[in-house]
Order: sequence, then structure tokens, then C-alpha cells
Amino acid sequence: MTLLYALIALGLLALIFGLILGFAAVRFRVEGNPVVEQIDTILPQTQCGQCGYPGCRPYAEAIANGDEINKCPPGGDATVKKLADLMGVEAKPLAGGEQAEPVKTVAYIREDECIGCTKCIQACPVDAIVGATRQMHTVLIDECTGCDLCVEPCPVDCIDMLPVAPTKQTWKWQLDAIPVTQID
Amino acid sequence: MEKLLEQIKKGTVWVFPGGVHPPQQKSLSNNAPIARLPLPEKLVLPLKQHIGASGKLIVEKSQHVLKGQPLTKPSANWSVPVHAPTSGTIIDITPMPSAHPSALPELSIIIEPDGKDTWCELSPLANPANASHDELIDVIHNAGISGMGGAGFPTYVKADIKQPIEFLIVNAVECEPYITADDTLMREHAAEIIKGIELMQQLLNPTLCIIGIEDNKPEAITAMTEAAKHNEHILIQTVPTVYPSGGEKQLIKLLTNREVPNGGIPADIGILVHNTGTLFAIQQAVYEGKPLIERVVTVTGNTIHNPGNVWALLGTEIKHLLDCQGFSPVPQQRVVMGGPMMGFTLPTVRIGVVKTTNCILAPDHKELAEPGPEKACIRCSACADACPASLLPQQLQWFAKSKEYDKLQEHNLFDCIECGACAYVCPSEIPLVQYYRVAKVEIKEQIAEKIKSDRAKERFDARKARLEQEQAERKNRHKRKPAAKSTEEQQKVADALARVKDKTSDGDNKSAVAAAIARAKAKKQGGELEPDNSEVAKERAARKEQARLYKEQKAQNNGDDEAVDDKKSAVAAAIARAKAKKAAQANEQTATDDTTNESPVAADDKKAAVAAAIARAKAKKAAQANEETASDDTASESPVAAGDKKAAVAAAIARAKAKKAAQANEQAASDDTASESPVAADDKKAAVAAAIARAKAKKAAQANEQTPSDDTTSESPVAADDKKAAVAAAIARAKAKKAAQANEQTPSDETASESPVATDDKKAAVAAAIARAKAKKAAQADELAKQSENTEPQINDESSEGSQQTAQEKKKAAVAAAIARAKAKKQQKEGNDQS
Repeated sequence: MTLLYALIALGLLALIFGLILGFAAVRFRVEGNPVVEQIDTILPQTQCGQCGYPGCRPYAEAIANGDEINKCPPGGDATVKKLADLMGVEAKPLAGGEQAEPVKTVAYIREDECIGCTKCIQACPVDAIVGATRQMHTVLIDECTGCDLCVEPCPVDCIDMLPVAPTKQTWKWQLDAIPVTQID
Repeated sequence: MEKLLEQIKKGTVWVFPGGVHPPQQKSLSNNAPIARLPLPEKLVLPLKQHIGASGKLIVEKSQHVLKGQPLTKPSANWSVPVHAPTSGTIIDITPMPSAHPSALPELSIIIEPDGKDTWCELSPLANPANASHDELIDVIHNAGISGMGGAGFPTYVKADIKQPIEFLIVNAVECEPYITADDTLMREHAAEIIKGIELMQQLLNPTLCIIGIEDNKPEAITAMTEAAKHNEHILIQTVPTVYPSGGEKQLIKLLTNREVPNGGIPADIGILVHNTGTLFAIQQAVYEGKPLIERVVTVTGNTIHNPGNVWALLGTEIKHLLDCQGFSPVPQQRVVMGGPMMGFTLPTVRIGVVKTTNCILAPDHKELAEPGPEKACIRCSACADACPASLLPQQLQWFAKSKEYDKLQEHNLFDCIECGACAYVCPSEIPLVQYYRVAKVEIKEQIAEKIKSDRAKERFDARKARLEQEQAERKNRHKRKPAAKSTEEQQKVADALARVKDKTSDGDNKSAVAAAIARAKAKKQGGELEPDNSEVAKERAARKEQARLYKEQKAQNNGDDEAVDDKKSAVAAAIARAKAKKAAQANEQTATDDTTNESPVAADDKKAAVAAAIARAKAKKAAQANEETASDDTASESPVAAGDKKAAVAAAIARAKAKKAAQANEQAASDDTASESPVAADDKKAAVAAAIARAKAKKAAQANEQTPSDDTTSESPVAADDKKAAVAAAIARAKAKKAAQANEQTPSDETASESPVATDDKKAAVAAAIARAKAKKAAQADELAKQSENTEPQINDESSEGSQQTAQEKKKAAVAAAIARAKAKKQQKEGNDQS
């Protein structure tokens, strides 16, 4: 008899908790994979496609599904490190021997050579190029992510990727400079 | 609250944690009064000498400027102008090394002084005490005043702050060693500084103004106390000499025991701090109208012969300052802008003085030794003891070295004021502040990157959305169009069906179809020049029906030649009408009366109809020809009694020709009565002969006549119960018309009356055609002699002979007639051209 009570009580408990869990699963359902969001915020959003995916979000999804974390050259080592922390994997050097600390660049159109073909406008993933057919184009430096995608389509090769000049705000003390000492 | 105020008034000074006591070295420079220097050879003025945006350039190269003239004008937020420090010429506007440790080039105006030092017109406020808030702010803004203590914050922003200000603190501490600029300024210009303070009090209305002065400046304290005696809201507070008590947050803590919250500004706790130099500049701007063009700079150090304070025009090269005070550099000479604690070594002495430059230090190697190589941290924690912000410098150093920026932020790196106390006390000579500076820049950069990447993502998503939308729109456009079309088409189809039903209910399929075709044509030609076509088509359809009826009738009374029951004649008549209409539509410069009398027509043959149609077409063409003279074109058609289509066709042609003739250029008024008599010829040959005769007559008529001639083309009645005769007659008529078209100088009335023609033989038709052709040719010949032509009237026995005409349907005849007509038209055209 006692055994029966015990069984009934446990069974009832199991049922109640099962219901609670089931309800919670529906009520507090998480849409999508939250890891993808987190990875996406770490990625530099240049949308350059150098990882082999069409944009940063697809790469984030690929990483969430187990792809390598070292395919983002614009992010450099810092991004790889952050991704390694997030994904709980070992940080490794960038694939393809890319620079650990990428030089920030922006596209620059040599405007007197531009023929106004609008091909770069179509290539730009962030609409950072303005211009019209047979009109000179120019790059909105502040919006340019330096993704390189406009260089290839240009039929007259008038787009250069120029390193961003340091300003007083971005200038850093050269701490690793070797101090020069005079030897008498 | 009251308690705090009382405490402050009692002279209580609180202490901030940490702090160091570096050697003062102030006596080097604070003994001499502030010196005036000779004008430098050139002035290098960076457009931006403060925090915020640079102003908009309003001068240009090689422009002459006066002392105090604004060179830029404030454009964006937090932008203040710069002014010409002396009169002279702008020799260049170009990027020059800036007063920054990096010496990164910055757009600068280079002025070559003309030595006259001419002021521009100054407009000081007449009565500053009564000036409105906005007026004062404008004056401060336009005078280009920004914080002169070090940060260079635009003063007008501070003065215009919206938060209520309880304490106005004047920073006269000047805690850094060597610097005595504020000290000497207070000694010499205490009254002006107090006036500046009173202006700020007027603007901000604080409860109390506290002037904090370190106790190592007794003379300044005396002078200030003296000057501020009259104002009970100004309190002069002496603070102990501890570095960095001159830091804004440290001074607030010292004087009010309040702490500025992390990430906040002093205004958040009701406090505003101003530098003495700034207040002096405000007084100068308001009372004297002088913009900020010079400041006191301490030039000191063991390599300077006459260390002291000088009034340096903004933009004066450091080299000029050093040279004026006597400078004997040592090897590896360093020149530091700012004090020894927070200043930086200048990469070149060709840098101009800016609004924040308070000291130029040129030390020898003993007094300010080059820091030795960095050694390992021994975790002595001296730095933590020295830190005035209660941070953990050593910890920060580790994180900075390993680039753990989030940890740095957790440890409040941004509360570090970079005072250098930690580095000063560090036994391992670790350049701690530099590490923090780099880390700060890195973090700021990361934040900027983050903002940028968010923006990039936003733009990328927006672009994606836009592209998708565009694609969807394109797709929808494809979808929508056919749909719209189909409804339209359905409507059309329905309409068509309805019409067809109507027609079939009318009884005849063919007519319905014909009507439909006619409508279609009408639609096609909608808006074109020939709107009659549809009507014609309808008529044709009607005629066809009639023709069928008549056929039946005809079959019944075969032998009887009833003129009225003859289809062909009907057809011909119809054609004639059509032509008449066309003619009416032709470009006539004079009004033409076109009376088309239609007799009841009865047609019973398709072919005839076709032939007629062709004839009409030709006639229309002719009618459209240019007519220059007024012509009355009366196409009166008598009931055609022809039982033969061909005859009808021929008749039609004849009529057409008649019209053409009427359109011809006639200069003389001529009555051209082309009366055609019913041709009663039952012989072809006769007809042919007659035709030839007529042709000749016409030719003669076409000759150039210089005198008005009455051209009566009277055609003799030819007995025609023969088509050929009819044809011939037609030709004759045509010729007559041509003749009329000849160059006649008088207007001609042309009555083209057509007699019913009856032909029943093909050969005859052919012959007639040939005859006509010849006749026309002849008519086109140039004849020089004037001839009056009498063409035999053919009108005579129209009706009587018409009744005799037998109806015979022969295709061949029709064909021949058609050929003949074609030729005739060609010739007509030629004739027209000639005439």
C-alpha cells in the first residue's frame, strides 16, 4: 500500500513538473540561435566576404555551426581571440597568413579617372559610394568599411585602398620604440 | 547643505587621496614681471586649438589681416574661432606640425606680421553689468575663448550650462612644478581676474565662488584677496601644495568635499571650474573687446638664461620664445610643452603656442633626467598610494600590457587623469601613464569601431532590405501587368462577342464580320487623316448585302435591264461618293462645294466591289493633290444603268480623273463642262475611235493658253450599249478634266457629270484602256499654241441609252479595265507634275 502511494505521488510530481517544463519550453522559447547574435557582434561587419561567406552574419552562422574562427582578416587577431573566448575553442593564427593587426583602409576613388559606370556602387555592401551614371563617384570615407569589394569591379582601376591616416584622437604613443642612448 | 557652506566659509579644506610632492622649481620664473616679446617673424596658428570642431575658415592666402580679426568662424558645435594675433599678411594656409606629442600636421594659418600691430576695430560691451546672458555668451564665444588650463574646453559652452551651479571654483592652484604663469598673472592682473569672475557669477549665479590657490603663492593670494575684497561671494581658499591638487576633480574634492561621479562632469554636482587665465581672457573680451590672441607662457628650465613669464601671441613659434629668453641648448636637448609631470616633449621647436600652452620647459639633463629603461614591476604599490583617483595603477598596467581592455574599463581606467604621479613614484621607472594613454586610445578606437561596425551592419541590412524590395517590386510588376492586360482583354473579347451576337442576330454573319473588320480598321486609323474608312467599310458591307439581294433579283429578271437594280452601278456610285468625300477633305485653299448626289445603287458582284475600291483609292489620291484655284467639283452621278461591273469601274475611274482635273492649277476662270453623254456604242471600234478623237481634243485643250478660254468639252453621244464605249467615254471625260487642269488663268467651273456607261466586252475595255493611255500621253505633250477645244457633248441621250445597256459580267473585262486605270493614273500623275 505504501509502495502504491509512493508511486502515485512520484508519478503525480513527474506529471506536474513535466507540464511546467513543457509550458516553459513554449512560453520562453528563444527565437534563433543566440550564439549567432553574439558572434555577429564580435565580427567587424565589414561585409567583405573574405571569409568565404556573403557577409558577416552568414559567417557568424557558420561559426555557430562549427566553422573555423580564424577566417576574418579585417578583424585580425583581436577578433579571433574574442571568438575563441566565446566559442570555448583554442585561438589560432589567421588563416592564409593574414596580418595579425590589419591596417585599416578605406577606398579612395581617383575622381578624374572615374568614368561613372556605377559598378562600384553596386558592389558596395554598405552604400558608401555615391555617384550616378556617367557622373563622378566618390566614397563616403566615414561609411567605408574597407572591404575591398569595389576594387575588383572597377573597369578603369581607379579605386585605391588607402590606409586611414592617424589623427590626434587615434594616435598612440610608441611604447615599443627602442630608446636611443648616446654612447660617448 | 548649510553645514557644508559654513564649513567652506570657515576655510575647511578636505584632502584627496594620494598625491606627490615633486620639487617646485617655481622660483626660477616667478620673480620677474610678465615680459613683452618682440614680434616673431611668423605666426603659425592651428585652426583647432581646443576640444571640439574647428571653425570655418573665412580668410584666404595673401590676405592682409588686422590684429584681433577673426580668421575662422564657428560652424559646428563646440567650435570657437581663432583670431589674428597681430596685423600682417597670411602667407599660407597649410597643415603644420601641431602642438601634440604626435606633432601630426594640422591645418594652420601662417601669418607674417607687418610690424605695425594694428588693432582691428574693437567693440567692448558698453555696460557689461547690464548685458544679457546671451550677449555675454556671444562675446565669450566670438572672442575664441577656450579653457586655458590644459584641456581647452570651449568656455562659452561651460558658461551657458543649463544645470544650476552652486559653486564656481576658480582654479588658481597651478600645482605642477616650474609653471608660474597663473601665479604672475594673478599678481599683476588680480582686478581683471576678479572682474572675469564677476562676469561668470552674473552668468551662472552661483551661491559661492571659491578661488583655490596653493599656499606656495603668497603674493598671488594677497593680490587676489585685495581685489576680491568688495565681493562677499568670492572666497579665496588656500590649499596645501600637493601634486595634483590642480586637477579639476581633485580641486573639487579639496574645496567642497564632493566627488565628480564616474563619467560625469562637475556640473552634475553643481560645480563649475574655471582657470584664472580663462577668466582674465573673459574680462578682456567683455571689457576691452579683445579676443583671445595672447596668453602668459612660462619659459623656464636650466638652459634658459632669463627664465620667466612672457606674453606670447598665439602662434608664436616655441623657438622664438626660447631665443628671446636666451637659450643655450645642451646635447640631446628636450623641450617640453607643459610641466614636467604632464607635459610632453616637443618633436620640433617650430611649433606655435596654442591656447592651452602654459609652459615651455627646456631642462638640462640633471634637472629632468631622461627616464631609464623600464624594469619589472616589483609590486611595491607605491603607485596605488600616489594615485589621486584611488585607482590601482599596477593592476591597470598589467591589463594594459595584455590588452585586456574590458578589464581596464572594469578598473575605471577612464577615471585616470594622467597626472603621472604613479610614474613619478615608480621605482622601476615604468612609464605607467603612457601605457594608460595607449590603452585609452585603443579603447576609444574600439568603441568607435563598434559604432562604425554597427552602422555598417545597419547600412548593410538596409541595403539588403532595399535590394529585396526592389526585386519583389520587379517581380510584382511582371505579375501585375499580365493580369491587368487580361482583364482588359477579357473586356475586349466580351465586347467583340456581344457585337458578333448583335450582328448575327441581324441576320448576316458576313456583314457582321465585315463590320468588325471595319471597326478594327477604324480604330487603327483613329486620329489619322482618313476617318471615313470605317464608314466606307460599313457601307461596303451594306452594299454587299444589298448586292446579294440584287443578285437574286437579277436572276429573276435577267433580261430586263433595270438601271436601278444593278449592283455594279451601285458600287460605282458608292465609289464615286467616296471619292467626292475625299476630294472634299483634300487640302484645298479655297472652299469647294462638293455635292455628291447618290443614286440608289444596286450591286451584286464582289469583284465589281473590289475594282471599285481600287478606283476609289486612286481617286482619293488624286483628290489630295494641291489645288490652287477654287474649283467647284460637282460630282453628280446619274443612276447607272450598267449591268456590268466593269462599266461601273470604268465610270469610277473617269470620275476620279474628272476630280483631278478640277484640282488642277487653273489660272483663268474656265467653265469646264464635262458632260458625258451616255455612250450608246455597240461597237468597240467606234468607241475606240471616239475616244481617240476626244483625246486629241483634250490635248489641244491642255496646251498653254494665254487667253481665257472657254473649254467646253462636249462629247458626242456615242451609242454605247457596249462597255468599251463606256470606257472610252470615261477616258474622254478624264482627258477633258486634264485639259481643265492645264494652266488656265481663269477659274473654271467643272461639272463632272457622268453618264451611265455600259460595256459588255473585255476587248473593248482593253482597247479603251489603251486609247486612254495614249490620249493622256498626248495630253501631256507641250503645245505652244493656244487652242480652244470643243469636245462633243456626250450628255445628250444619257438616260435613253443607259436603258439599253445590257448587263454582262465578265471578269476579263474588269481586269483589263483595271490595268487601263492604273496606266491612266500614272499618266495623270505625270500630267499633274508637268502642269
